[in-house]
Amino acid sequence: MGLFLASLAVLLAGAVLAPMAGRGRAANFFGATGAFLGSLLGLAFACLQLAAGGEALWSAPWAMPLGRLSLGVDALSAVFLLPTFILGAAAALSGHSALKGQAGRRPLGAHWFFVNVSIAATALVPAARDGFLFLVVWEVMSVAPFFAITLRDEDSRVRHAGWVYLLAAHLGAACLVALMALFYARAGSLDFALLAGGAAGPSVALFVLALVGCGAKAGFVPFHVWLPEAHPAAPSHVSAFLSGALIKTGIYGLMRIQTFLGAPEAWQGYLLLALGLTTALFGILFALAQRDVKRLLAYSSVENIGLILTAIGLGYLGLAKGFGAAACLGLAAALLHVINHALMKGTLFLAAGSVLHGAGGTIIDGLGGLGRRMPATTVAFAAGALAICGLPPGNGLVAELLMLLSAATQAAGRTFPVALAAWGAVAGLALVAGLALFAFTKAFGLSFLGEPRSPAAAGAHDPAGGERAAPLILAGLCLAAGLCAPLLFQAVLPAAAIVARTYPAGAAEGAALGTASLTWLSLAAVGLILLVAALAFVRSRLLAGRPVGRGLTWDCGYLAPSPSMQYSSGSFAAPMTGLMRPVLRTETDLAAPEGIFPARAAIESETPDWLLESVSEPVFGAVARFCDALKALQHGRTPIYILYILATLVALLAWRLG
Amino acid sequence: MRALSAVNLLLALGLSPLLLGIINRTKAVISGRSGRPLLQVYFDLAKLLGKGAVYSRTTTWVFKAGPIVGLAAVLAALAVLPLGGVPALVAFPGDVFVLVAFLGLARFALICGALDTGSSFEGMGASREAAFSALAEPALLLALLVFVSRTGTYSLSRMYVWPGAGDWLASGPVLILVVIALFILLLSENSRIPVDDPNTHLELTMIHEVMVLDHGGPDLAFILYAAALKLWLFSALVVGAAVPTGLGSPLLDELAMLAGMGMCAVAVGLVESTMARLRLPRVPQLLTAAGAFAALALAILGR
Repeated sequence: MGLFLASLAVLLAGAVLAPMAGRGRAANFFGATGAFLGSLLGLAFACLQLAAGGEALWSAPWAMPLGRLSLGVDALSAVFLLPTFILGAAAALSGHSALKGQAGRRPLGAHWFFVNVSIAATALVPAARDGFLFLVVWEVMSVAPFFAITLRDEDSRVRHAGWVYLLAAHLGAACLVALMALFYARAGSLDFALLAGGAAGPSVALFVLALVGCGAKAGFVPFHVWLPEAHPAAPSHVSAFLSGALIKTGIYGLMRIQTFLGAPEAWQGYLLLALGLTTALFGILFALAQRDVKRLLAYSSVENIGLILTAIGLGYLGLAKGFGAAACLGLAAALLHVINHALMKGTLFLAAGSVLHGAGGTIIDGLGGLGRRMPATTVAFAAGALAICGLPPGNGLVAELLMLLSAATQAAGRTFPVALAAWGAVAGLALVAGLALFAFTKAFGLSFLGEPRSPAAAGAHDPAGGERAAPLILAGLCLAAGLCAPLLFQAVLPAAAIVARTYPAGAAEGAALGTASLTWLSLAAVGLILLVAALAFVRSRLLAGRPVGRGLTWDCGYLAPSPSMQYSSGSFAAPMTGLMRPVLRTETDLAAPEGIFPARAAIESETPDWLLESVSEPVFGAVARFCDALKALQHGRTPIYILYILATLVALLAWRLG
Repeated sequence: MRALSAVNLLLALGLSPLLLGIINRTKAVISGRSGRPLLQVYFDLAKLLGKGAVYSRTTTWVFKAGPIVGLAAVLAALAVLPLGGVPALVAFPGDVFVLVAFLGLARFALICGALDTGSSFEGMGASREAAFSALAEPALLLALLVFVSRTGTYSLSRMYVWPGAGDWLASGPVLILVVIALFILLLSENSRIPVDDPNTHLELTMIHEVMVLDHGGPDLAFILYAAALKLWLFSALVVGAAVPTGLGSPLLDELAMLAGMGMCAVAVGLVESTMARLRLPRVPQLLTAAGAFAALALAILGR
């Protein structure tokens, strides 16, 4: 536990030193170094803790009423610490060199303060062992990123995105406050050890509050609206951290709170499965329709959160229906995907950040041809895209395979309606995987391949230093996590057992099945790599000494191809966006060519999030109006404030005496 | 058994181009032409492997990696494919899902290679390929789930076993439905009529052929060979469900299976001779139908 506290201390030291060093290069150095070293310390702690097993505990006296300053890291917490610290370190590495050019022009000291506090708070959420402390660090974790997101606050869209983020985070937090209050009312304490003993008992209301509260953070549909707003607006190293690590705390909260509510029932499994598949499909369809790479990645995070939720649903269903193997595989898949998605999405967001830096934007229709100009970033993005599509040898396939196995074991049971749910899960997962391939061949193929669609893209270049290295390192980790899948699977099994509490019969077979399957998958991935190497050798031997020329791309005899003739983001996705129009509600603005010699024609299509526009914005507006009304109490006149204090004191006195 | 598995893999490597030849021959016979030689695909492969190459100035390493990764992925998928009641060379629980992932990798490589040329034609093909495959994937997994559900095993080699004679009545309808679903997927995933037309190089209706317009020499040979192997793979999935094994001797089983593969190729040729290409908006409906057949099979199985 000492290592964990040291990590927090270094993070916070960086947070304090950075603003003290001003807003220039020194602040950038202190902030990033603190974040980097603190994250590495924390990562070492999480790995050691996972290897050692058991729970590390630490507590200290605290003057606050209600809560206790009590920390603990068991296997479940340690699994969630991994993405936080890996992406904390990667964000520091990348952010340091990305922000160098802005030293002095932007308040870097304050920025790093909020980044470091975000990392520390995100690490503390899984470590909190008291409900009150949990709420406090949850709130810090919700507020600090707001300032990190709005670094470019001169842009009104960035401010709007920050606003949406803040409201969504707080509507979720309100549910968690209510949840903890109910826990306190039922159990008389918020000590997690006591709650885990079943002091509060099962409750539908508590489960729903946890689902909404955690869902707003994780981004379940329809609470996902803040993700596609906040991620493109934030600096890329912050997006990587938000998307890879911070939203996972929602998953952690859901899993941890379930352990307080007793064994999950079947309806909870069905509900999470349905919600997960809906979220995944909605997320990937909207990802496919986006024009901005960073928005696409944000929607892909929604998809992946949906996949994690699907896995949890499969696990709960297995628990409730007595399929131990399915339960074990499902829960392990959820936990593995928490780690794997962090690696993949970190790679992709940091690479997208390099594109923003090097090519001046992330709108796909202004990109293209980056493969020649940004080779390092291209390799990283390609590896991330391959992994997130669930293709070997990447790490995205690991959880997908376990989920499919979990569903298959339930389908093989042939008992209704579990088997029906399992079929739905298999078909849904397959469709999501197919659409993910569509969305990411679009993101990679149109942005990095072909000819540049704008002068800025034509002049693009790889960034230098950490900004260039960080996505490559994460891409390497994606590959490593794919090849070491059986080891990681073994590592998360104790955490899965904590969520399950007690497995029905068959869990050991499930673990053996998963290990065998993943071991073979790793071997198959190695075999694939060897095959690729062998075929590449064959090809180079075949072409040795033969004429190898270079020419124009064959365009069917038309000798004046121009970059604008390439498929655009809208046209590439059109076969699917057309088919899915009822879900996507893509808006198309067509100025059709007219006459025999048409002078001009234009088509523009946009896929705004109709859930944001038709559901969330009105709710957020109502909240804003309510808060505006409260301003009447807060007008800055000191005598009236003194009157408030007096009135409160009198009321308290009357209550105490009466 | 082990030796037979290796023989099966060698048969796939050696005979898969012949399937394309049989399809073309069938079409030629039906339309009254003498047609190409049966071994034309072998000649094409030999010719292409002996050539040099021309690369577009737009392309990068992705374009060169595409055919290599595509072929490697299909070869890896073949390693887990059982044939004729003989288990595959590599068999493990969950290999059925890994096979689908390898096919996905081949597709990813091909699509990225096509987009690397910057050509609007190849972008069009890539876009359609991605869209239709995304819709085919659930149908394929549902069809394979029928075998999982029927046998309670998770390895293709163990689930592709022929039911005993007594089990035929119970499993017959299920197998028929699955064979229909898998055959539709064979046509769609291998770019055959009615989804795609392998003969239309330069028309606005094409999908697969347009993606490889810029490939030549050994690269095109790799793609052509990978396509042949993929056709073999899907044929084996169909034939494994449609043709009985356990006829008494391994040799008899093997012959029955090869005859089945040949029949499957003839069936593809018949479909291509008698049907027109579907309009593109109709293709999703066809794929949904395949998924519906598979779902119906599951429902009958689980009753």
